[in-house]
Amino acid sequence: MSGIPRKGRRGSVRRPNPPSSGSAPAAQGTGGAPPAPSRRPTAAGRSTLTTEGVPIRTRGLTKAYDELIAVDHLDLEVQRGEIFGLLGQNGAGKTTTILMLLGLTEPTSGEARVVGLDPARNPLEVKRRVGYLPDSVGFYTGMTGRENLRYTARLNGLSADDAGRTIDQVLEQVGLAARADTPTGTYSRGMLQRLGIADALLKDPEVLILDEPTTAIDPLGVVEILDLLRSLVHEREMAVLLSSHLLTQVQSVCDRVGIFAAGRLVGVGTVAELAGRFGDDTAHVEVGLELTGDDADTRREQLLRSIEGVEAVHHGERPGDPWILDVRPADAGGRVRQEILAAAATNGLELSSLRSVVPSLDDIYRRAVVRRGGSARVAA
Amino acid sequence: MTTVAAEATTAQPVARDLRVPRHGWLVIARKEFGDHILSARFLVLVLVVGLAAIVPLFLAANQLRDQASQTSGASAIFLALFTLGSEQVAILRVDAFVGIVAPLLGIAFAFDAVNGERSDGTLPRLMSQPIHRDDVINGKFVAGLAVIALVLAAVLLLISGIGIFRLGIIPTVSEVIRLIVWYVVTLAYVSFWLALGLLLSVAVRRAATSALIGFGLWILVTVFGGLIVGLIGGLIAPSAGGLEEQIASAQTQQAINHILPHTLYREATTSILFPFDQVTAAISGVGSFTPTSIDQLGQATDQRRITSLLSLDQSLLLVWPQIVGLIALTVICFAVAYVLFMRQEVRA
Repeated sequence: MSGIPRKGRRGSVRRPNPPSSGSAPAAQGTGGAPPAPSRRPTAAGRSTLTTEGVPIRTRGLTKAYDELIAVDHLDLEVQRGEIFGLLGQNGAGKTTTILMLLGLTEPTSGEARVVGLDPARNPLEVKRRVGYLPDSVGFYTGMTGRENLRYTARLNGLSADDAGRTIDQVLEQVGLAARADTPTGTYSRGMLQRLGIADALLKDPEVLILDEPTTAIDPLGVVEILDLLRSLVHEREMAVLLSSHLLTQVQSVCDRVGIFAAGRLVGVGTVAELAGRFGDDTAHVEVGLELTGDDADTRREQLLRSIEGVEAVHHGERPGDPWILDVRPADAGGRVRQEILAAAATNGLELSSLRSVVPSLDDIYRRAVVRRGGSARVAA
Repeated sequence: MTTVAAEATTAQPVARDLRVPRHGWLVIARKEFGDHILSARFLVLVLVVGLAAIVPLFLAANQLRDQASQTSGASAIFLALFTLGSEQVAILRVDAFVGIVAPLLGIAFAFDAVNGERSDGTLPRLMSQPIHRDDVINGKFVAGLAVIALVLAAVLLLISGIGIFRLGIIPTVSEVIRLIVWYVVTLAYVSFWLALGLLLSVAVRRAATSALIGFGLWILVTVFGGLIVGLIGGLIAPSAGGLEEQIASAQTQQAINHILPHTLYREATTSILFPFDQVTAAISGVGSFTPTSIDQLGQATDQRRITSLLSLDQSLLLVWPQIVGLIALTVICFAVAYVLFMRQEVRA
């Protein structure tokens, strides 16, 4: 969690707002738990979980159905201004976690704090301040997009004037202003998804929770939605929690990811951190060396194998394709690239490509699940 | 990032706390009411109810007109507009017809209330708004009841209007009050079926299935109600044997009968709309006395020499248990629906 520079900065900015003048009890109302250890018997005061302005924090959050443990002692933290990706297969417990965070399902044990409140005890206030895009979101098909949003605005207690202004604003933001007055029955899946995001943004949330926002959308639509999320986080300083089983799609947009398998969080961190932790300590380097002659492949292989740290050399599929080197230990990748460059220079060889290959989240995920969740999967 | 931004973010929650949506159910009810009014099912039901109310009214009006001389002295002549009709087909009477159609209205406006939202994928979105869970059920119930109240009021006023302007029958104050009470009892009866429809929409995942079950129950209770009561009563207390056993059996059957909303409603209607003394009816040997023809109405008037019309307050006293029974049944259905819905998972 410490890998995010934003956290420290925001935390230090947010904290120094003590009761500076006048009415001290009024400060109690401001979002989140009071900074000092509270002696008041409030919902926050009773618990052992302090939040200090962290939008989402859970400790030991567990949900058990009759036979199945859907979520198993989950410790999670999402900071303001970051996009956190909750990644896992279908049925890994992502939606259950989200429903517990919204107070729509009671946890069996453990605690959660969302915007400083316990969603199990204070669901209404949590739902007022948290925007939620459900999995395969639906709208009243007979009503237009704008009418659907107006209904949500009314349920949130927005006055008609406020609602009208906010609706125009969010529709503009998600790029649906032109189609806002056609019935949602005519919308494409991607448009519905974007309308869902607009719907979640209506209440001007501090936290945005998106369940599978990119499922069942074409690749271009996915890019649009992820770009939209990025810009929203920049504009509004929200905390965003999104769940997905399409790992590579969300890899680019998430600041941090949590890997979820059979109800357990098997790894948390940035994609690079996770690659380091769950990698098999092998880095991959792509090399394109232009040689001529019949024995080109052999000479190339000899040259590359002579470099220290190179474990294996994989030929390209066709002649001319770059080759992939496995380098061990993983942190030797930089040195190996340097040596290849030097060797190419001294031998007068033409280098057509030389770069390190970033591990995909899919690979990390597979390894993380195999390593940590092996036994858990049998149980599920 | 700057201090200004930080101040803005910490200041926001205070402003937010001020906008507290108090009446989530009202917002939902308003939206559902609008949906119902514009829906195709509303149009169809209004047409059916309207037509079916006009036909018996026509029959009643003809009877009244034909024998105007005989009926001039009859009491409660305005109520006859609602209680007279075809001598051959019992259903062609306004009161009988409303008794049969009311459950249909209740189920039609509630059978897909919750499972419809579920299958449309709107339920999770609705539940993630700052409303209580019961706001959804309450709002939908109120909206359904409001729509039905509107339709029924329209029908009653239509019939009354035709009675007053075309036939020149002016209702007395007590008749007006009786009609209003009957309207309220009918709404209570509709409420029961509405609550039952809601219960089905919560318990059954598919709207089509819950509609089928609802209409099935309606036919079962309305058409085969007596048969079933006889069967169950026979099982609990067989009527074979001596006089005491027969009495016990009859009492059991009556007790079971009084759990059925259909019976409760019919009894309440009889007491309110047929203000002729039940004792008189018993003497004349008609059983539960419901005059279906003008002759019988005349008979009843003749027998006033023995007993007079049941007064309004006595009528009300008579139907009180039935009204309470109907409301109790409604509350039970509602409570079960409520508990089920609270325990259900939100996800689709």
